[in-house]
Amino acid sequence: MTEFIQHLINGLSIGSIYALIALGYTMVFGVLKLINFAHGDIYMLGAFYGYFISRFFSLGENPSLFSLLLALTLTMATCAFTGYLIETFAYKPLRKAPRINALITSVGISLFLEFTGQLVFGSDPKFFPQIFAISGEWAIGDLKFNPLQITVFIISLTLMAILQFVIFKTRLGRAMRAVSFNHDLASLMGIPTNRIISFTFMLGSALAGAGGVLVGLVYPKIEPLMGVMPGLKAFVAAVLGGIGNVTGAVVGALSLGLAEEFVVGYLAPSFRDALAFTILILVLLFKPTGLFGTKTTEKV
Amino acid sequence: MSHDIILKVDNISVKYGVIEAVRNISFDLRKGEILSLIGSNGAGKTTTLKAISSLLPLASGQILLRNERIDTLQPHEIVKRRLSQAPEGRGIFLNLSVEENLDLGAWTVKDTSTYDRDLEHAFELFPRLKERRKQSAGTLSGGEQQMLTIARSLMAHPEILLLDEPSLGLAPQIIEAIFNIIEKINKEGTTVLLVEQNALQALQISHRGIVLETGNIVLQGDAKDLLKSDEIRKAYLGE
Repeated sequence: MTEFIQHLINGLSIGSIYALIALGYTMVFGVLKLINFAHGDIYMLGAFYGYFISRFFSLGENPSLFSLLLALTLTMATCAFTGYLIETFAYKPLRKAPRINALITSVGISLFLEFTGQLVFGSDPKFFPQIFAISGEWAIGDLKFNPLQITVFIISLTLMAILQFVIFKTRLGRAMRAVSFNHDLASLMGIPTNRIISFTFMLGSALAGAGGVLVGLVYPKIEPLMGVMPGLKAFVAAVLGGIGNVTGAVVGALSLGLAEEFVVGYLAPSFRDALAFTILILVLLFKPTGLFGTKTTEKV
Repeated sequence: MSHDIILKVDNISVKYGVIEAVRNISFDLRKGEILSLIGSNGAGKTTTLKAISSLLPLASGQILLRNERIDTLQPHEIVKRRLSQAPEGRGIFLNLSVEENLDLGAWTVKDTSTYDRDLEHAFELFPRLKERRKQSAGTLSGGEQQMLTIARSLMAHPEILLLDEPSLGLAPQIIEAIFNIIEKINKEGTTVLLVEQNALQALQISHRGIVLETGNIVLQGDAKDLLKSDEIRKAYLGE
């Protein structure tokens, strides 16, 4: 039982990081019908931005909730700006081009970020400073919790709740949903669709950046290729939930996190990475719309 | 109704690839009138409206709104200039509620008292929408969806309203009700450019009419005269 709960906590903690990344995939797909394969690398950049910000402010010397929130906020802002630049220079010029062009561009941007990262940051791993620490372990009876994992989970949930509020309760969110329904129709309302698309990129990138910092707390080893696998897994999570659907991305990511953890714990540790892709293949074969997706017909 | 020209469509052509959907057409919209653009499927009516709203680029010619060239602007910048379009085929956001649709219609309206008055006015014109304000727009009937399209375009507080086939696919009684409302909106001071296949009913509420055929203007004049003309009666009224 103790072991089971430990796996549950591990799964939710890693799943919530996948969720932060998956949300960006799904939102960008919503407004642009583009799978932005560079998105996992924004998460990697988030970890490095967080690393440099923490070092710059010497946050590792006074680990506290304040240090963590400061690093998180600044990282989210810089990631949002990076997302804005990528959208403006790489994707906006392709708005009228066939969709495959943007897709290939996103693969290019991904490689660009990964290898520029190796050039600039060096390819050897860095150690993310400990900017938040809770002494000891939390325990209920025999159950021991890693407080950092709980922190990661709570912060992720808070960010997701804020996102839900923005998307479903604000005018800007309403505009995002309008743009994802139909660009032309949204522009007939007077909505500046390009600005809404940029905003969506910024929002998604900020969340991925937050994921980068949070993962640095729990697994402090960061390196320029660290975004590849979580990026692909978050993509699988978004597809599992029904790509374009915000709630689906969260459910898909938490499910994937849990599934991985239980497979590793009870079946075979070496199957961790294979699982995500098995799920992807099964979803595409049997329920291509995902758990929450709705069927749309493509008009030609 | 004055003769002040508020919108000038000047010798425009619009192409889809190599196909010319609209060929060198010109017309003026006068302040305060209802002008009908009638013609059968594929005549270029919707294309013309899309060109005015800048959803389609012009191959040649220009469009002037209050003497300002607007065909080079982005669609959302035109709405800001108080020209609003209710698109065809009940173009509403099916994934949003009735209220959210109306709210987005007022995207360019920053003044809350104007917003409140417009919302009240929209609900006065279409009481049905008030009852369904919390409902998802996808659950509305065809007639209600069309009402929402018009109500939403009014939320932009327009001086000029472009209506694309408001009668499409609706039952005769509902068409009647919608045309009455269009007339009412016009009497309250909004200039209307109405695109219709339903020539008889459109001309009955219009001041002037233009007949389009395969991208060309073939006939234009006062609605009264058009209703009497033999060509119209034969071609569009089935006599």
